[in-house]
Amino acid sequence: MDLTLKIWRQKNSSSKGKFETYKVNDVSPDSSFFEMLDTLNQQIIEKGNDPVAFDHDCREGICGTCSLYINGRPHGPKRGITTCQLHMRSFKNGDTIVIEPWRAKPFPLVKDLIVDRSALDLIIQAGGYVSVNTGGIPDANAIPIPKMNADLAMDAASCIGCGACVASCANASAMLFVGAKVSQLALLPQGKIEAANRVQKMVAEMDHLGFGNCSNTYACEAECPKEIKVTNIARMNRQFMKAKVCAEKHEAASFGG
Amino acid sequence: MGLFGLFLAMFLLVHLTINLLLLCNDGGELFTAASSFMGTNIAIKIFEYVLFGGFFIHIIVGVIITLKNWASRPVGYLVANKSHTSFFSKYMIYTGAIIFIFLILHFMHFFFIKIGWVQVPAGLEKHDFYKMAIALFTNKLYSFVYMAFFIFLGFHLNHAIQSGFQTLGLNHNKYNCTIKKVSLIYSILVAGGFSLVPIYFMFFF
Amino acid sequence: MTTLNSNIPQGNLADKWTTYKSTCKLVNPSNKRKLDIIVVGTGLAGASAAASLGELGYNVKAFCYQDSPRRAHSIAAQGGINAAKNYQNDGDSVYRLFYDTIKGGDYRSREANVYRLAEVSNGIIDQCVAQGVPFARDYGGLLDNRSFGGAQVSRTFYARGQTGQQLLLGAYSTLSRQINKGTVKLYNRRDMLDVVVVDGKARGIIVRNLVTGEIEKHFGHAVVLATGGYGNAYFLSTNAMGSNATPLWRAYKKGAFFSNACFTQIHPTCIPVHGDFQSKLTLMSESLRNDGRIWVPKKLEDVAKLRKRDIKPSDIPEEDRDYYLERRYPAFGNLVPRDVASRAAKERCDAGFGVSHSGLAVFLDFKESIARLGKNVIEERYGNLFQMYEQIINENPYETPMMIYPAVHYTMGGIWVDYDLMTTIPGLFAIGECNFSDHGANRLGASALMQGLADGYFVLPYTISNYLSSEIHTKRIPTDAPEFVQAEKSINEQLAKLMNIKGKQSVDTIHKKFGKIMWEYCGMGRTEEGLKKGLSLVPDIKKEFWTDLFIPGEMNEFNPELEKASRLIDFIELGELMMRDALQRRESCGGHFREEMQTEDGEAKRDDENFAFVSAWEFKGDDNEPQLHKEQLNFEVAKPSQRSYK
Repeated sequence: MDLTLKIWRQKNSSSKGKFETYKVNDVSPDSSFFEMLDTLNQQIIEKGNDPVAFDHDCREGICGTCSLYINGRPHGPKRGITTCQLHMRSFKNGDTIVIEPWRAKPFPLVKDLIVDRSALDLIIQAGGYVSVNTGGIPDANAIPIPKMNADLAMDAASCIGCGACVASCANASAMLFVGAKVSQLALLPQGKIEAANRVQKMVAEMDHLGFGNCSNTYACEAECPKEIKVTNIARMNRQFMKAKVCAEKHEAASFGG
Repeated sequence: MGLFGLFLAMFLLVHLTINLLLLCNDGGELFTAASSFMGTNIAIKIFEYVLFGGFFIHIIVGVIITLKNWASRPVGYLVANKSHTSFFSKYMIYTGAIIFIFLILHFMHFFFIKIGWVQVPAGLEKHDFYKMAIALFTNKLYSFVYMAFFIFLGFHLNHAIQSGFQTLGLNHNKYNCTIKKVSLIYSILVAGGFSLVPIYFMFFF
Repeated sequence: MTTLNSNIPQGNLADKWTTYKSTCKLVNPSNKRKLDIIVVGTGLAGASAAASLGELGYNVKAFCYQDSPRRAHSIAAQGGINAAKNYQNDGDSVYRLFYDTIKGGDYRSREANVYRLAEVSNGIIDQCVAQGVPFARDYGGLLDNRSFGGAQVSRTFYARGQTGQQLLLGAYSTLSRQINKGTVKLYNRRDMLDVVVVDGKARGIIVRNLVTGEIEKHFGHAVVLATGGYGNAYFLSTNAMGSNATPLWRAYKKGAFFSNACFTQIHPTCIPVHGDFQSKLTLMSESLRNDGRIWVPKKLEDVAKLRKRDIKPSDIPEEDRDYYLERRYPAFGNLVPRDVASRAAKERCDAGFGVSHSGLAVFLDFKESIARLGKNVIEERYGNLFQMYEQIINENPYETPMMIYPAVHYTMGGIWVDYDLMTTIPGLFAIGECNFSDHGANRLGASALMQGLADGYFVLPYTISNYLSSEIHTKRIPTDAPEFVQAEKSINEQLAKLMNIKGKQSVDTIHKKFGKIMWEYCGMGRTEEGLKKGLSLVPDIKKEFWTDLFIPGEMNEFNPELEKASRLIDFIELGELMMRDALQRRESCGGHFREEMQTEDGEAKRDDENFAFVSAWEFKGDDNEPQLHKEQLNFEVAKPSQRSYK
């Protein structure tokens, strides 16, 4: 396959970026998208130029590092996969592929196609955990958990924190990311204890970081490589409202302290 | 947002019911009775302010949220998003704006006359909404514009109802499908129902 | 430093850890606040250690090269985590888990460490459940188990095919909680490039900020390495692209001994290599062997037809299929340990029965279990793995058997540590995959997660206090002390040297060449002759590296090529040590198979008389050969026997 690539190039966060056009030839349809980019970078390096920087690590769809916006869709044209799982057989000979970084105010650009997604870590730090210390824990089977809850929690917990939900959302909202974590813990007895405070803290942090609001377009669900459902957002909304209306005021202050 | 939206949607049903009374072939007796009840009953009068408040908050919050959302992505994409999403969900602010324009027009013809902001057109009484409606709907241009607006309202509502449920967290595996269907049926009902009136007056009056 | 003291507590094997815990020295809370601990790496071991130490009140600084601690490669572990809970009432116990692990490791690990591991395993499951890890459950609401290679009980806890992810996210969330509280400070996108040793003790590290290129100096009263394995020495492996051996190697060069370097695990169920452009290999969880049956055709003419795609796998009748694992190992069947399964696959492919066009693949077939259990059950158990396979190979494994082949996966070898998990540099600890301690010559499935979390949650917090109790009077050393300045200077010089090579070849080009040498001569089957050949090729590769490498860009900016180059030279040097270690170990054991040493029916032949030791290599300078030390292994409880899975 012969392809034309239009790639966003930007030296660092403070410089101005622009699109550059590259040609890659003889790409095997069996190679992965990143192997195609590796080939491109090899060509660029051989010419003595700076290769395209892009985030990637595990290359098996689980670490959530990869983050390319390909032809108008995060992680490319296929459903339920990450960029590193995308294979060139999803494209046609002669295609032009436009590759952009995730775009959102809380994701400042680092270089070329790499953005800084620490904002997602900050949201988890605000409350995405169960406050238990190591040791002194009762037996794992002491509290039975309905299989349905465990399964739903697992569905939500499969989030890889890639940020595709933010990248695809018209409003750069992180509701699916936050909703997934809030849901996971709200569904389990271990997480219920802090549920009210968790949801308030995490939502407040998300707003504070400059993510947009949810307008229920559900692009996030369509682009989530782990196909996490927007029902998790609804569950978070429910939790949030319940917490705002019912939770004791002092709880918020004591939480996580 | 969702809460006020759903509240306004409820109001639309009441409004629609009264409008449909226009179709009763009784020279507007029922319609006039209903509208004068709405215009004079003290509870309704108080409720009117609640309703305006609802509109006001819905619009203001909608605009503020949208501006904030736009600010969340200062640098846009070269290739516009192609994610598979419901078409109307992306354009709520625009369909909303169109509805707002209609709302002003609508007020010019009815509510503003009532409160005296706008002159009563010649040959009509201040509170005679029935004659006003006939005058307007027999004007074909107005009728088509009116129907066009309601199609946009339908678009707005189609996303709005189920979206409101989602925002309120009233989203559940068991009922999601029903909510989506209700949303669709409701939007068709409202857009269609309101459009029936001009169609009636244009072709069958 | 020539005699290795493993500091194993006295007493019965089963009492050692209890005795240790009740007698080790402690640090009181007000002193903990005055002590800084550096933890490098945020995988299962690193994140759990950093979080637990933060909870105890130490000042912790956590470093990772990724943009977020949640992305460490522990996340890719699929199948599960072992624990001796005996929830299934099938006869499991701490002793049995200990015994299976020692035997699985082919009697090349330390009894005391392994027993401790088995002992704390149950606490890990409790801890993870309390953190909200959504393990698989039965309809009654209790935890479910599956079985794994090398065991006859079901003791593996799992969360679909994403157990590593869920455990890591659990550890990451507790780490996040400590970051929020301020007890842990996170430094992401940092590459650790050196250990700073002051007066014989580890006192800090030098890191490169990968975004700005700035070299930073960090002080700690103790330094903990949790940097994972070095499988990427082979270029192609199941490790993440960024997984590297640089922290280990730099520690080795500062005086930490390197143990059992040649013990690498070749995982039997990976997706076969499909082209030269390939950048990494993808693992298919071992748990698949629970329900999948491995086979190749019995007849060579069927193989030929398969390769030409004249027939489909399903066209081969049952009687013409060779379920070679079930044939050779009736007792364990498809669930033999990884090293055994890998070698058996290699044996069949070497004999010409490989089923892909490259001849390097065997079938993993689910037809029977789909018929027995239904597609739904299989989908629930392995859905994400099947989907992953289909993405890569473009074939539907529900309909046609998967093709698999062994690939480099895990390194049992690593930095030598004593019972306290401390290296030969006082104050420098190594936990998780990067130490050598628990898996001997072969690791059993679902034990890596167990070890990482055991070290981080339950072992290191005790053993580090034993060390730090004598450090409470040590003032924080400013990072402009001469040792720090010197270390920074030499790192800067080394990076400048790399930038100035200005040759022609990219890092990957050289890495691929070196990886081929490693796979060829130090892969699944090793020979005296091959290893010598491999060693003789290293100087050429080194020369190529130092004269013909090209790194674009600048030193003080985001420069992935520079990162890779700095890692590659360490891989090359480490690869040399791996071959040296493989050469000296003139026996077959676990993942280390010396073709000269095998039984008549092709099984590994151990030599307990001469090789029941841990090799520990000491760095003697760039121009000298390293010195080999030996830690003798004494088996008091689990007496070595021929490892049989028949």
